[in-house]
Amino acid sequence: MKNEKIDQGRRRFLKVSSLISSSLLISFYLPARGSKAKASVPVKKNQNMVFAPNAWIRIDNNDVVTIMVNHSEMGQGITTALPMIVAEELEADWSKVRPEIAPVAEVYENPAFGTQWTVSSRSVESSWEILRKAGAAVRELLIEAAARTWNVSKTACRAEKSIIYHESSGRTLRYGELVNKTDGIPIPENVQLKKPHEFKIIGQPMSRLDTRIKSDGSAVFGIDVKIPGMLIATVVHPPFFSKQIKSLNSKKVMASPGVRQVLVIDTGIAIVADTFWQAKSAMDLLEIEWDTDENQDINSELLFKRWAEMAKEEGKTCFEIGEVDKYFQKSVNFIEAAYEVPFQAHGTPEPMNCTAHVRKDGCDIWAPTQNQDGARDIAAKITNLDHELIKVHTTFLGGGFGRRALVDYVGEAVQISQEMKAPVKVIWTREEDIQHDYYRPATYNVLKAVLNDRGLPVAWNHRIVGGEVFAQALPRVLPGMISPDVPRFLKNIAASLAKNLMSRFISSKKVVLGAGPLDYDIANLRVEFIHDDPGIPLCWWRSVAPSSNCFVVECFIDEIAAASGKDPYNLRHELLANSPRMLHVLKLAARMAEWRKKSPKGIYRGIASHNFQNTALCFVAEVSINQHCVIKVHRVVCAVDCGIVINPKIVEAQMQSGIAFGMSATIKSSITIEQGKTIQSNFDDFPILRMDEMPKVEVHIVPSTNPPTGIGEAAVPLIAPAVANAIYSATGRRIRKLPILPEDLRKG
Amino acid sequence: MLTIRVNGVIHRLDVDPDTPLLWVLREQLELTGVKYSCGIEECGACTVHVDGEATLSCNLSVSEVVGKEIITIEGLKGPVADALREAWMEGDVPQCGFCQPGQLMTAAALLKANPNPSDDVIDDVMSGVLCRCGTYQGIRQAIHLAARRLSK
Repeated sequence: MKNEKIDQGRRRFLKVSSLISSSLLISFYLPARGSKAKASVPVKKNQNMVFAPNAWIRIDNNDVVTIMVNHSEMGQGITTALPMIVAEELEADWSKVRPEIAPVAEVYENPAFGTQWTVSSRSVESSWEILRKAGAAVRELLIEAAARTWNVSKTACRAEKSIIYHESSGRTLRYGELVNKTDGIPIPENVQLKKPHEFKIIGQPMSRLDTRIKSDGSAVFGIDVKIPGMLIATVVHPPFFSKQIKSLNSKKVMASPGVRQVLVIDTGIAIVADTFWQAKSAMDLLEIEWDTDENQDINSELLFKRWAEMAKEEGKTCFEIGEVDKYFQKSVNFIEAAYEVPFQAHGTPEPMNCTAHVRKDGCDIWAPTQNQDGARDIAAKITNLDHELIKVHTTFLGGGFGRRALVDYVGEAVQISQEMKAPVKVIWTREEDIQHDYYRPATYNVLKAVLNDRGLPVAWNHRIVGGEVFAQALPRVLPGMISPDVPRFLKNIAASLAKNLMSRFISSKKVVLGAGPLDYDIANLRVEFIHDDPGIPLCWWRSVAPSSNCFVVECFIDEIAAASGKDPYNLRHELLANSPRMLHVLKLAARMAEWRKKSPKGIYRGIASHNFQNTALCFVAEVSINQHCVIKVHRVVCAVDCGIVINPKIVEAQMQSGIAFGMSATIKSSITIEQGKTIQSNFDDFPILRMDEMPKVEVHIVPSTNPPTGIGEAAVPLIAPAVANAIYSATGRRIRKLPILPEDLRKG
Repeated sequence: MLTIRVNGVIHRLDVDPDTPLLWVLREQLELTGVKYSCGIEECGACTVHVDGEATLSCNLSVSEVVGKEIITIEGLKGPVADALREAWMEGDVPQCGFCQPGQLMTAAALLKANPNPSDDVIDDVMSGVLCRCGTYQGIRQAIHLAARRLSK
């Protein structure tokens, strides 16, 4: 096959991808290679001819269609969903479609952010057009190739299941037979895309492409990476109150079996050994004293007290419609409530880890990361290597939930590998993972509403006090968001400016997501924010700000319903009259849960609705509570409108997943800080929902022809308020603090 | 030196006898299907079979399993394993997949001991294996499906 006519963008891609032509998903063969990539094409693979018309699609002469997936697979099914989108327009035979995790490259950036990372449930939404166009263009190219081969008109040919048909003569050509017949045919532009009613793959419950290898132990996560000559390191991180080591005695550690080195690195102290068990065993022998600083007295309980005081003053207005002040000045009748939402750890089942091999001529990184650009950037910063010499191989992620959008663990592996002049895999212990997480911000919230004579809120003020992820995290991730062509010093300047700029322009909008704007018809609505950095590291946590704001808003809506003597469903119905998609899911969930009918004895219902980045949702939770105040969530009925559904099985799985994730934070666990240290350290004191606690989840999807919206996080925000509102229905007691624990309920 | 038998293969190992079986499997024998997640017997990701019983390997010294038959996810075979994997495939049970080897090892031991478990029994036995992605409903259904097929 000749391929002279490739354009620059494509040449760039092939240069990058030829280094890792073996698929992570099909096989995992990643020798540490230092040689520079050859730009020559075609890519020969197992003696097969491979046609690589663009950055997304490769077709070999056995009809295998490989789709490059530029987003990290952390359970959300993206290695199935994105190939489905391409395969639909490509008219590919789904049984021969294979995903391959993309390397880091400009072409694979998420256009929603200008960087290659998997966050904010934006993968399908942002890839939708790009991937459909990529698939459709190649389909048309293959039809053209067949038409030329047969010397017939292109319009007389059609594609189906990886075969081109010439109807009148009955001739056929498989895609695999066309890979060497594409010479001189340009990739067509502006190809007509299919109409939703023409979809054959999109919308079908296709089986996930990663199930088999996740059922036989062969799926490779970051922690499973094996590189010849690899050393293993584990890292002891300083408590929040310390930035410096006061004294360190590593004699006993160095004498411990298998230990090669103790290194002071940017983030803590690394113990490097032949095996993880040796490194972990030696960890306890480390004698270390940390310097203290102003954060040594951080205490989350006192923090909430401080925030309650601060909440008495006005905050910065981050969102406002109407004239809120006017109503609060003249109204004496308003209702008010304060809510506390705690810090949360991510608790990814796979603890933080990364493997790096730094050499003079390059650096390879194998990482379960949501942030390929950030991984490359931090490696460039540490090694001083040019970006194109740094390869990022993304493995499967054993959970991400936002934690893996940061790249601190990548920096550790790179730094240690550089020092040890050997490939190094860093594995955190679970204790380090929980205690040195970057937490979901805690918030203190004061809500006030003025009700009119019909019991509807006419004015609403929500004051949020707390820390703020963007102000902390952007300087860490911003350099990766700037083109690699920008000199590094400029990037660093940009990163240092980012904190101020972002807190002024972007962050306030992020903090109030899910608090304002609301879909509820409230004419005068304001959300204020009082920023008070708690002094502990913060990060995005699956569903981000709505994870706390939706709890607060939906519980307060229920309080308004009670104050006006209205049914919580009826109040929402009245307030959503002008929001058809939200109204639709509200009605659907209520109907499927038989909201109007009396619930079985001992079962109480709670409702919550939420618009998560244009995914419309409503949940009804059915809950019981026993004499020991132990809560049992029996059933959750979900109605969801996420636009065009790529794969209904995955949507259903993500509803279950978001509910399970959110329920751990609703009825089981939180992070508390005392004397500058995280109290919790493992799944015994930071418990995760277990099977016997999992409710039955029923998912009802609204058919739609609107472009798809995100689903990976959307369920998380709703479960806490749905359960809390059900507990009110059961006990008459308002839940204004998470998690809802039996010991707190027993206190009365 | 000690000798252990894993997936039918005998291995002679030069290893500290106190090393947990988990790390011997993962690091010495390169059987990485068995996972480290908590290290304190809370999560079940490290479940293997020791003489047919589902056993947590993260705090079990390798010296304690000398002379016993150890099976990991890589060596899980036979009609029960096949039925479970088939049901796992049909239901597309895994999400991130990290806990799934532990789930399957536990489910296989359950079905061998109790070919037709009720929901309560499944909940009771499977509650030892945490899934942060919440695949529990799928696991429960897949175990029932496998049990039905095996009883035919």
